[in-house]
Amino acid sequence: MQMTRRDLFALAAGLAAAGLIRMPAHADEAKVEAAIKEFAGGMPETGGVELGAPEIAENGNTVPIEVAAAGATSIMILASGNPNPGVGTFHFTAMSAESRASTRIRLAQTQDVVAVAKMADGSTKMARREIKVTIGGCGG
Amino acid sequence: MLSRRDFMQAAFATSAIVGVSGFGKWAQLAAQQRLTQEQLLDFETTGNVTLIHFTDCHAQLKPVWFREPSVNLGVGEVAGKPPHISGEEFLSAYGIRSGSPEAYALSSEDFVSLAREYGRLGGMDRVATVVKSIRADRPDALFLDGGDTWQGSLTALRTRGQDMVNIMNAMAPDAMTSHWEFTYGIERVTEIVDALPFPFLGANIFDNEWNEPAYESHAMFERGGVKIAVIGQAFPYLPIANPRWMFPNLSFGIREERMREVVDEVRAEGAELVVLLSHNGFDVDRKMARQVDGIDVILCGHTHDALPEPVKVGNTLLIASGSHSKFVSRLDLDVRDGGVKGFNYRLIPIFADVIAPDPEMTALVGAERAPFEAELEEVIGTTNSLLYRRGNFNGTWDDLICQALLEEREADIALSPGFRWGPSLLPGDRITREDIHAATAMTYPNAYRSEMTGELLHTILEDVADNLFNPDPYYQQGGDMVRVGGMGYTIDVSKPIGSRITDMTLLRTGEPIDPAKTYVVSGWASVNEDTEGPPIYDLVERYVARKGTIDIAPNTAVRTVG
Repeated sequence: MQMTRRDLFALAAGLAAAGLIRMPAHADEAKVEAAIKEFAGGMPETGGVELGAPEIAENGNTVPIEVAAAGATSIMILASGNPNPGVGTFHFTAMSAESRASTRIRLAQTQDVVAVAKMADGSTKMARREIKVTIGGCGG
Repeated sequence: MLSRRDFMQAAFATSAIVGVSGFGKWAQLAAQQRLTQEQLLDFETTGNVTLIHFTDCHAQLKPVWFREPSVNLGVGEVAGKPPHISGEEFLSAYGIRSGSPEAYALSSEDFVSLAREYGRLGGMDRVATVVKSIRADRPDALFLDGGDTWQGSLTALRTRGQDMVNIMNAMAPDAMTSHWEFTYGIERVTEIVDALPFPFLGANIFDNEWNEPAYESHAMFERGGVKIAVIGQAFPYLPIANPRWMFPNLSFGIREERMREVVDEVRAEGAELVVLLSHNGFDVDRKMARQVDGIDVILCGHTHDALPEPVKVGNTLLIASGSHSKFVSRLDLDVRDGGVKGFNYRLIPIFADVIAPDPEMTALVGAERAPFEAELEEVIGTTNSLLYRRGNFNGTWDDLICQALLEEREADIALSPGFRWGPSLLPGDRITREDIHAATAMTYPNAYRSEMTGELLHTILEDVADNLFNPDPYYQQGGDMVRVGGMGYTIDVSKPIGSRITDMTLLRTGEPIDPAKTYVVSGWASVNEDTEGPPIYDLVERYVARKGTIDIAPNTAVRTVG
């Protein structure tokens, strides 16, 4: 009944993984809403924004995200379950071929990622998508 | 003459695609011991295209016993729909008579006595006979391998998949897709794929540095005057369910949008028939068929379901061809005027005592096994109990493995992954080294021993349960629940993540698991690099040798509610 150094590592890895998969903390939702309202000047309608992301993150430290909204001048990305939900905002100009951008973000746990787009006419649109961060299952 | 099922299919004649399918009309014949190869292969050649589907053989070269699951729950909208029916319910849904060869091949009902009556299924030499026979009937039939081909046996492990590569090259499939193949590590996969005489397809495999496709998405064929696109889809959750460090630069995922693009691309190239050779798992395929327009046929893999009829989703036919070389599917299609106008389907069970082995393939299998024959055949013990793996919550093979982990590693609690591969053994069978490997052979086998809090154990169980019972199939990973030794629990599959698992109990003391307390846990198949411990196959062998005879008590540790 002796723990080896390796076992301790495995244990630490296990605990770290467990930390990744706690349920989203609801307290953060207020922060997210405030950030959306500050950017959009109110709660935007849902739809009209493409938010490409994996259903389950392969690696929570670097999750590929793609956002696009035809005619958008800017798109803000929020990670609702991160300690600080703000990820960043992409700005597009008349010189941009397309209002589309991709990046990688770190997700601390299973959570919704939110994309808010601001159009040239000042209207706003939003998409929201859950990305699961998991310790992994067992393949068939 | 129409069978009952044919009649039922005929009743659907108003739907867009008209076809017949079924398992055969030879139930009585078999009961009278008159089942013949001709009857198994009897098929009315239809239309202009034939697809042969073979999947998830898990490197089983010889005929096996394989008990289908008695528990296979579906959640949400798929509850109670195939493949989420088992036992008598399955038989009655498909009009299969109890005690018939179909009942034996497709369900868990009365498995042991029917196994003794009808014998083993599978064997690559019998599969070869069936494939050759279909090719004799339709020389340009497309033969498609759904993957999980290179892993699952001692010989595959020792040769790092080479035995299966050699065998399959002789079988000459037209394309394959993949899952466990990648557990030999990216260098080995690349080495094999570079020399493979047929395409290794994966539309959803991307280079994760540049987010570019890493493998061919599809292959185009012209057969029977029809332009056919075969799109490959590898198991979407490889980097999560299997060790990511073994293929660090690859990303997978469901990538529905990518599938839409590839379907559009092949249609633009003139494909009149679009076939998805998939390792998604059945429920994921069912959703994908609904979400992505333009796929005519999905050849499903991964979840090891064997269904005697196609499942239709809109105009898409879903074919589920089982596992462990138990079945070969033949799907004939009538493709005309840019669409599928009719089909004929049969899930062909490979009854090893009925189908004559193909001599060339028998020789080839013998040659691959020869260097290992003495090792394979060494008898380690005997089992008094039926040993099987499949089932959502437990199987007797994993009960044995968990008990071995508890005793050999002196643990409070054992965890065995919910793999769906691994054949069965009948009561009274000897347990050979080959049998132990057929349930455990893989490239990250080390049986760890570590400490976990009750809270962490709960988190792990919840997490795995959500991979199986998330109502959105796109979040399902296609395995079964992690098997647990030394601990019981109650599960309500209808609840959301975090509240499915209750009443965790340490069986040794009967006390509730304390979230704050630490328990010694042993398990295997950790996806973490550098996991230390003896390989599971050696550990189980040691345990079986020590016990001599294996008796598995009925497992009542998992209660399901809801």
